Amino acid sequence: MDKAKNFGFILPALLIFSIFYIYPFIYTFVLSFQRGDGIYTSEWVGLANFKEVLYYDKNWGRALYNGAFITFWALTFQNLLAFALALGVDKATRTGKIYRVVFFILPVLSEIIIGLLIREIIISDPGILNQWLSRIGLGFAARDWLGSGLVLLTTSLVHCWKGFGWAFVIILAGLQTIPEQLYEAARIDGANAWQQFCRITIPLLMPVIAMVLVLTILGTMQAFAMILALTRGAGGLTEVPVMKIYNHLRGNQVGLACAEGVILGIILIAVSFTMLHISKQVRKRWGVVSN
Amino acid sequence: MKHSFRFMGFLGICFLLLTISGCNNSTQASAPKEKKLVIWHWMNDRQAAFNTLAQKYKAETGVTIEFKLFFPPDIYSQKVIAAARAGSLPEIFGILGEKSTMGSFIKAKHIADLTPYMEKDGASWKNSFYPQALDVNVFTTANTYGVIPGIYGVPIDTTIMGFVASKALLQKAGLDPNKLPGTFDEFVREAKTVQEKTGKNGFVCGWGEGWLVNCMATEWAINLMGEDKFIKTIKGEVPYTDKDWLEVFTLFVKLKDAGILNANITTMINKESEDAFSKEQAAFSFNGSWSVNVYKQLNPDLEYSFFALPKISNNFPVKLWGGAGSSFMVNNTSPLKEEAVNFLKWITAKNQQDFLIIETNNLPSIKGCEKTLPPILSELNSRMGQLTHPNIWPCNEDSRVLEIMNQNLQQIVMGVKKPRDAAKEIQEVKERVKKQ
Repeated sequence: MDKAKNFGFILPALLIFSIFYIYPFIYTFVLSFQRGDGIYTSEWVGLANFKEVLYYDKNWGRALYNGAFITFWALTFQNLLAFALALGVDKATRTGKIYRVVFFILPVLSEIIIGLLIREIIISDPGILNQWLSRIGLGFAARDWLGSGLVLLTTSLVHCWKGFGWAFVIILAGLQTIPEQLYEAARIDGANAWQQFCRITIPLLMPVIAMVLVLTILGTMQAFAMILALTRGAGGLTEVPVMKIYNHLRGNQVGLACAEGVILGIILIAVSFTMLHISKQVRKRWGVVSN
Repeated sequence: MKHSFRFMGFLGICFLLLTISGCNNSTQASAPKEKKLVIWHWMNDRQAAFNTLAQKYKAETGVTIEFKLFFPPDIYSQKVIAAARAGSLPEIFGILGEKSTMGSFIKAKHIADLTPYMEKDGASWKNSFYPQALDVNVFTTANTYGVIPGIYGVPIDTTIMGFVASKALLQKAGLDPNKLPGTFDEFVREAKTVQEKTGKNGFVCGWGEGWLVNCMATEWAINLMGEDKFIKTIKGEVPYTDKDWLEVFTLFVKLKDAGILNANITTMINKESEDAFSKEQAAFSFNGSWSVNVYKQLNPDLEYSFFALPKISNNFPVKLWGGAGSSFMVNNTSPLKEEAVNFLKWITAKNQQDFLIIETNNLPSIKGCEKTLPPILSELNSRMGQLTHPNIWPCNEDSRVLEIMNQNLQQIVMGVKKPRDAAKEIQEVKERVKKQ
């Protein structure tokens, strides 16, 4: 009887969760096996949508490449920058709080706002950035940042600029959990700064680094709004997987969009598990977790 | 145990009641006491004018009209599709997108066939429209969409795409603002002259929106190869690698190489392009007739003229992309269908169309309002006989082919793709789609 009563209490939440999460999740799978416009026609086509996406649609491959390209920059440049800044701020006891706020403003801002703001700065005509470069004698570096083949690199760097605040805050929090006594003991034993960094900071920060890497991959591969506001897809040159899904939905190709959603989901799950597995292996090897 | 079953039963009933009440559709109440028509639209520049008309209609007939604006058009489009699936469409609504989408709505019985109303009284309502405006809502006997032939929508205005020239910039560059370019070469030459003499851009357009670049390519393609060959390409009988298509794609290389294009043209949306042109930052632009209202709002002192596509060939006549700008459809399942049709008849009558011309600067959908038109719109209206539009072609290109074509055209302009490679890629997608 108590069990039934308890179940009664969670029933509303369960129903809401089922209707708004589980049902759409399952329905996405169902739609990915159908072809139609979502209004009238709905034909069961088996794996045809998946075949279309994986085998025929070159644009999907390019969208994945674009997503991976931006992710590469986010994993390297963005996270290294965040790491370096977090290390600096960790030691800056007086100004640390100010920096934390300053660096965290960007991720808090809307992606659309960032996209539009940066667009106004870097568009080449009239272009604040290009004019500024000319004024300081670097006119040769002025480029058509959005209207040429540079657009994907530009998008990647803007994404890094917008996203490094998240990684910074998480890494900083991780750094502050490392007991100061460990560094003191190491210093007494004669360890220099580099040895402390390699033998204490990095191993103890590995769980945090793994989490930052996974979150970076998940966040970047699903980036959309900022890129749309910044480049509008730039003739497919900055079309990322979620933008592709969005475009297919706009074109009433619901089945294709759902198939792409499922494929992207599977890719992200696989990448996340791989990253976690690698991180666990690294931590085991470095003796952070027991075998 | 008994209590817990009662408790569970109570929760179940509550949930059912909530669900049923949630499914209740207020817009389709079976016996409304006050007659109220709900109209969904996306035209944010016309909401005030529509509200004025709604008040006038209420005063004349006692029927309440509620115009509900959903903006931007993308959001509107998704809302209408979701409402159709949920069976909660309002009495009157519009459909954005390709004609196949409208066809799906009709086949799913969401849209009423207005043919009997149009044909009534010697087809007086039907004959009041410009045929080019009405045609986009007509499904003929030979339509490829599988739709029962009929008239399924009412155009409330007409749109014509055209080139616009900034008179002030042409004058500054020493060119005659009344003698506008008639050919592609003249167009490029004049744009270059303006650029060199004034430091402003030669041409600006919202090519970040694929349909605009496609629209220009289509107009040039029809001028070069004729409408028949163009339609044959859509049917798959002429490949996109044909020499005529290559020539069309090469025009975009020529535009790029001439250096007359606004630097950010492929990432610009039309709103940005309109803003730039209204600030006299470019000599020429390509836009729709709705821009008359937009330019008026952005820069009332702007002096400009519309002109037809600068032609690339004398073999075939120039055709302009145009037809019904905005159309309204009647919900087939609405109990207020008759009232909805009556309202659409009223809004497309001369007085209301005159009012909309004055308030919103749009071209009317009916004949007989010519005297109300301001000069800039009169010039456009005179080109009604040159119109063409995908919605009146016997078949439409697959959206996947259009997507790849638009992207390739944008990439040509960005200098990362050659016309031959673009044509090959488009044709590959075309052949794959054809096989399916």
